[in-house]
Order: sequence, then C-alpha cells, then structure tokens
Amino acid sequence: MVGIVSYGAYIPWYRLSREEFRRAWGGFAIPGERSVANYDEDSLTMAVEASIDCLADTDAGTVDGLIFATTTAPYTEKQGSAIMALALDLRRDVRTADMTNSLRAGATGMAWARDAIEAGSLSKVLVAASDCRLAGPSSMLEQMLGDGAAALLLGKDDLIATIEDSYSISDEFAGLWRASTDTFVRSWEERMVLDEGYSSVLPQAIAGLMKKCDLAPKDFAKLVLDLPTDVRRPGRVATQAGFEAAQLQDGASLFMSVGITGVASGMMGLVAALEEAEPGDRILFACYGNGADALVLRVTEGIAKLGPRRGMKNHLASKKMLTNYEKYLKWRKLVAEGAPLGRGRDLTSLSALHRDSRILLGFYGKKCLRCGTPQFFQGGVGYPPIRVCIACQAKDQFEDYRFAGRKGVVFSFTQDNLIPAMDPPAAVAVVDFDGGGRAFLDLTDRDPDKMEVGMKVEPTFRKLFFDQGIHNYFWKIRPIRC
Amino acid sequence: MRESIKDKVAIIGMGCTRFGERWDVSAGDMIVEAASEAFEDAGVEPKDIQAAWGGTLWTGMTGMTVGHALKLQFIPITRVENACCSGTEAVRNAAYAVASGVYDLVLAVGYEKLKDLGSPGVPMQQGSGTPTQVFPQASAPGLFAMLATRYFARYGLSREEGKTMLAKISVKSHDNGSLNPKAHLRRKITVEQVLAAPIIAWPLGLFDCCGTSDGAAAAILTRADMAKSFKDDPVYIKALQIAVGFGAGDMSVDYDYTHIEETYRAGQAAYAEAGVTNPRRQISLAEVHDCFSITEAIVMEDLEFSPRGRVNEDIEAGTFLLTGELPVQPDGGLKCFGHPIGASGVRMLYECYLQLRGKAEERQIKDPKLGLTHNQGGQPPSAAVAVSIVGRDTG
Repeated sequence: MVGIVSYGAYIPWYRLSREEFRRAWGGFAIPGERSVANYDEDSLTMAVEASIDCLADTDAGTVDGLIFATTTAPYTEKQGSAIMALALDLRRDVRTADMTNSLRAGATGMAWARDAIEAGSLSKVLVAASDCRLAGPSSMLEQMLGDGAAALLLGKDDLIATIEDSYSISDEFAGLWRASTDTFVRSWEERMVLDEGYSSVLPQAIAGLMKKCDLAPKDFAKLVLDLPTDVRRPGRVATQAGFEAAQLQDGASLFMSVGITGVASGMMGLVAALEEAEPGDRILFACYGNGADALVLRVTEGIAKLGPRRGMKNHLASKKMLTNYEKYLKWRKLVAEGAPLGRGRDLTSLSALHRDSRILLGFYGKKCLRCGTPQFFQGGVGYPPIRVCIACQAKDQFEDYRFAGRKGVVFSFTQDNLIPAMDPPAAVAVVDFDGGGRAFLDLTDRDPDKMEVGMKVEPTFRKLFFDQGIHNYFWKIRPIRC
Repeated sequence: MRESIKDKVAIIGMGCTRFGERWDVSAGDMIVEAASEAFEDAGVEPKDIQAAWGGTLWTGMTGMTVGHALKLQFIPITRVENACCSGTEAVRNAAYAVASGVYDLVLAVGYEKLKDLGSPGVPMQQGSGTPTQVFPQASAPGLFAMLATRYFARYGLSREEGKTMLAKISVKSHDNGSLNPKAHLRRKITVEQVLAAPIIAWPLGLFDCCGTSDGAAAAILTRADMAKSFKDDPVYIKALQIAVGFGAGDMSVDYDYTHIEETYRAGQAAYAEAGVTNPRRQISLAEVHDCFSITEAIVMEDLEFSPRGRVNEDIEAGTFLLTGELPVQPDGGLKCFGHPIGASGVRMLYECYLQLRGKAEERQIKDPKLGLTHNQGGQPPSAAVAVSIVGRDTG
C-alpha cells in the first residue's frame, strides 16, 4: 500500500493585519490577518522550509522523487525542484518535476506520486506545495491571499496514512487566472467564478471518488478542501456532498490567520487535519483548480510514532506582526525604488554560481580529515576554495560537511543602518555552529530589539538577490523559529 | 627576515594636502599639492627623482596617475595596492628600493579621491568579496561594529559603559583634529554628543566613524648616509612591517573578535626590527588606523600599549591624550582626516615627521623620539596590516 510517510508545513513569520489594507486604501477590511513572506522568501524557499520540516526524521538520501507544486515558480524556464533537490541534499538520481499552473497542483502531484510508487518505479516521493501569489494592490483579493507551504512524503513503508484511492476531473474553466505575462491574479465576477468552478466541480469530484471506492460520507472522519475566495463555500460543498458540518476541516480559522495560500492551501489543511487525526480515521482530501483531484486517506497506527515537527500548529503560533502595509508592498517589489547610488552589485556570475552550487544551495562546507575541524567559506576578501585546512594546513584532506540543519550561536553581530537593506537595519552575525565551524551570515526573521550575543540560531534557505534574471539563493540564519 | 631596514633610509621631505571634501580638485591636483610641498621641503626638483611609487585603492591605474600629475619623465613609477596599507606600501617599496642601493632619491605618494565615487561612506559593493556575492549585507561600520559587540560581551561592558569608552576615543581625536589646519573635521565634540548621535551600525554611532575625505600625502626618501646633505633634521626609518592574515578568523571558532591578530603580528615584527622592547614606554606617539573608535581601542591592546581587555583604564587615565603618556592620533587621526584609503598611511607618517622634528606647532609633543604608524586593510577578521616606526635619531 502506498501512503503518507510524513508531513511538514511552513508559514512565514510575518503576518499583516487586514486592517492595514483598509488603513492604506480605505474601504473594507476583512477580519483577521494574512501571512506575508519575508522579502527574502518566495514559493521555492517556502517549499524548502516545509520540506525540511517534512524530512525531519527521514534520511534525505532515501527520497527518489520530488515534485514542486506551485503557481508562482521563480522561473518559467528553469526547474524549481532541481534547485530544491540541492537545498534538501537529495541524491543525484532523484526524479524532479515542477507541477504548475493549477491551484490543485499539490493534490495532482500526490496522485501522480502515488501512482509512480504503486507502479514500483519510485519508492519515496516528496510533494511540496507552495505559493506566493500576488493580487492587485487595494483589491479585496490582496487581503485574502496568504503565503505558505506544505509538504508530504509519500512512500510504501512506515506510513502514517495510506492513500486508498484517487479520482480526478479535468475542467477547462478558470475563474481565476494569470497569463504568463500577468503579475496579479485576475478574476471574473465572483459569484459566477465560484458557482461554475469550485462549487460545481468539487462536489462532482467528491461524489466520483466515493462512488469509485464505494464509500459514503459517514465513512470519513474528515473532509479537507482547499480554500476558495469565499470561505463559506467549503461548507456548502460539504453539505452538497452529503457531509456534516463537523466533518469539514476548519478552513475559516486558517483564512483568518494565514489567508488563501494558493496551491499550498489544500495541503496545509491536510497537514492540520493529520496533526489531529487518530488511527483509523478516513480523510477525504480534494482540491479544486481547472478540475479537481480527490484522494482517500486512511490514518494508520504509525501516526502516533511520527516525531515532533513544526507543522501547522507551531508555525501558526510563531509570528511577528508586520507593522505596515507599505513594507509588504516593498517586499513584493510593488513599489518603484530609486536607483541606488554607487556601484551596486557585480554582474551575477553564472559560472561562479555553478561552480559553487553545492556550497550555496546545499550549504556544504568541509571537515578536515586530519584534525577534524569543520569549516565553511563563503566570503571574506579573497575567495579560495577550501583546499588547505584553516586549522592544521593539511592540503586536500577533506570530507564534505553539511551545515544545513545544524543550529548555532551568535558570536557577534551588528544591525547596520548604513547599508541599503530591504528590512533595515540589516542584521548580520558571526555564527558558531554546534559541532564546529563558523560562518558570517545575514540574519533574517529577527526582532531588532531582541538581538544578543549568545542567541541560538538556525540556518534557513533564502533568496539573497535577483539579478540577470537569476534568483540568487543561499542560506541565512534566524533565531530558532519555534 | 634576514636584515632590518633600520637606519638604512631617511625621509628628507614630506607634504600633505588638506584632507576633506575637495570638490574643486582632482586626484592629480592633490598629488601635485602634496608632492610640491615635499619637493620644497626636501629642496629637490621633480627631475631629481629617480623612481616613484603611488599607493591607492581606487584612484587611477598604473604609475601614470603620479607620472602624469607631476610630469615625471620616463622613470619607473609603480602603483601599489594593499587596501588601507596602500600608502604605507608605497613608502615601504620606495624604502626597499633605496636600501637595495639601486636608487638614491625616490618619491612615495599616497592618494585617494573618494568623494568622486558618490558614496556617503567608503563605497562598499553589496555582496562584494566573492564572485557569488553572498557576503552578508554590511557596511564598513557594520563589519567593525561586530568587534565592539563582542568586546562589550567579552569584557562585560554594559551598552552604556562600552559606548562611553568608545566616545572618549573620538572626543580625544576631535580635540587633536581641532588643532590641525589640514584635518577635515575640526570641531571639538563632547561625550554627550557622541552618545546622542544616530546609530550607524549598532553599537557604533556617527561619531564612532571616521569621515570620508579626499587627500594625498607624499614622502621623499634617500639613503640614511646621504640624508644630512639634504636636511639637518631628517627622520629615519626604523621598521616597515606588513602582516597579511589567512582568513582564519572568518572560519575558525578560535578567533575572539576582540583583537586583530595581524596587528599584533605586524607590531611584534616592527618592534623587533626597530629594537623596541617596551612599546608603551619607547614609542613617543602613534598614528593608528582608527577607522572606527572600536578599532583604535583594540589596536591599543594589539600593539601592547594597553593590557588585553584593559584599554579603558588607559582611556580613563588620559594616556593617549596629546598631553598624555603616549599620545595617539596627535593629528586627529582618521577620525578627523577621514580615510582616503591610499593617502592615510603617508598622512600618518607626515604627522610623525612633523612631531619628531618639532614642527607640529600647537600639537607638538615634548621631545618625541619614535613615532609609529598603523594601517589595517580589509574587514574584520581578515586584515592586511602595516606597522611602521620612524625615529628622530639613528641608533
């Protein structure tokens, strides 16, 4: 039987009260708040975060498939999952794919991954769903959307839930859409969009799945649906499909605290459901988007053995209110910026990025085989590749040493008001990693008033800058999130 | 080191421009301004110069910047660069050339035209230092601020104690700078003003940072045995040392971020070369790389003027004041001169040259015998450091 081995989720640290949108634009504020990806985050970095959470107790080398599901991939011609594979330290012969262009891409990915494992061609597939969609400034949709990610590891052994069956519908209609040239989500008149889309297609998929499996609503402990632009609709779909209100996974509170997270929305709901699930529970999971994918999950005894992770609950509780809407605009690059004075950056060197991809994306350093000193070199005035040990000067006697996943302590830091920064003051720190090794890194997701020598930090995969059409990803540190 | 430079080479003429926001002049103009003073001081003509060295980080390429400005004709002129040590490198290379016996009369010029670069501080390229540009987002004050953060933490100084200690360093330098017509910043400041100033990179505030200026300084060197034929009171080179680190501090958890090993090493080498056994007592004055107040504090300990972790006691005692036991930055330092990179090392030497010859006017220290200069290039914890010692007398 194929099923879910583990789950993970990610919600950005920053939340923005919807009152702030009204403060900025007037009009009406939807109650609650939404999540906002930090300036150095995007769908890919959030997918990496959720995946790290998901792989907390899994040897990354056992994963042989990776699906990155999103409608906001950083590239249109470059595979996001291939970048993720390095960040997650997956093996070279992993089958990577990006599942894009539909809000149900996460559920679609799960269905495809299940089939690949069922067929025996893959054994463990990570499906990471993430989105960071933009709505036009001052639109209601801008208040409704949120940023976030979820990840599920599918496999055959040590399951926390089996996937009993799946059912799919394809439907050409898209009431929300973006052309490849669009920055913002477009929408037709809302009632038509929901009536002809979500409210019409999802019940068909749910009914189709139950018929295929010969199951009835009473056989399910939970119905998990993605969030549409009207939070009342999942309840109506549930009723239409014959479910009781109590069976529906609570989407309204997610809407109130995070918002509609695009492709991640459904899977974040599923992770939240799994966090509460009991062995034997059957869950019907369905996502809408140009059709629908629906799956039947059956929770196993294994769920009790799953190790601790951040998931939805801990990420929800760990937050920082963004003080103003203008910061959101700046972080999403929705306000014109003045040209910086001075030399700016050098031309991004693709050859250098390629040469150092394992260092940059995988956060790999070296450990001296002679004296055992771990060492990381990302900067300084010169740029020697590490061939000579910093401690004992042995030459070419190293083994690879990965710093990702290792916590550390701030040895020294500053908060810099002079350097141009997206979220001033720019925070940088010298970090000593547990087990050895020191690096000088940017600090993110931090409270400027709570910086101190000795604070515990952890690496986080972020985007440093964008140049020549290249998203420059690297690792930063942050105070231990939760 | 097989042989010492001590007493082999003498400085017989020096010049230094007014440092500041010299909007009206070019780098070439400043080179002429500094070198002309030096030529006049030494009583030589440009045509007498047999070889020249120019030290700069960003201003002009090749030796032509110096050659074109001074119309030096078809002599060897070399541009040297070692970040903030560039000016001292020009002097060092010039001195070695004289000591080798190849030349009798050479020129060393340090210069930098920072204010044409459009940056409010020393221009930092974002992400600079690596082709992949992943170096963290920090300005020069930010990079040095981490020394202060750590110094405070290590020695248990509260934010206020630490800031006050640093403030007194800047107040002292401004006192000295106010007496110097060639300094950029000539206003006296108070500890209260320093503490109230805006934070540039925590914990460093505005007055913890040196200015950003244009400037040039020049020196004319000859063989020690020929010096008196040019000048009754030449100044003799006692030591010229450079120490370049290997980046250990960037990567090694053993580095403490409260000292600069390169400064300590260059200092030790210079003391050995000059025969200095008790720097605190034997050095009469020091011009050190006070790009930021914390740098000066740490340098005092690295050069063994103060015991480790106890520079504050000497600051409180007034040791480094113009009237103190070991005056530091008698000309106002980088704090008041700003730091036109290539010029700074030669500017420091200029102050030693004036002081050792009793020509420092209002700033004159009583009976100085040995002057020390110190430059620190790069960013903590990676540094290229120059320490030079010059003396009034031979022997």
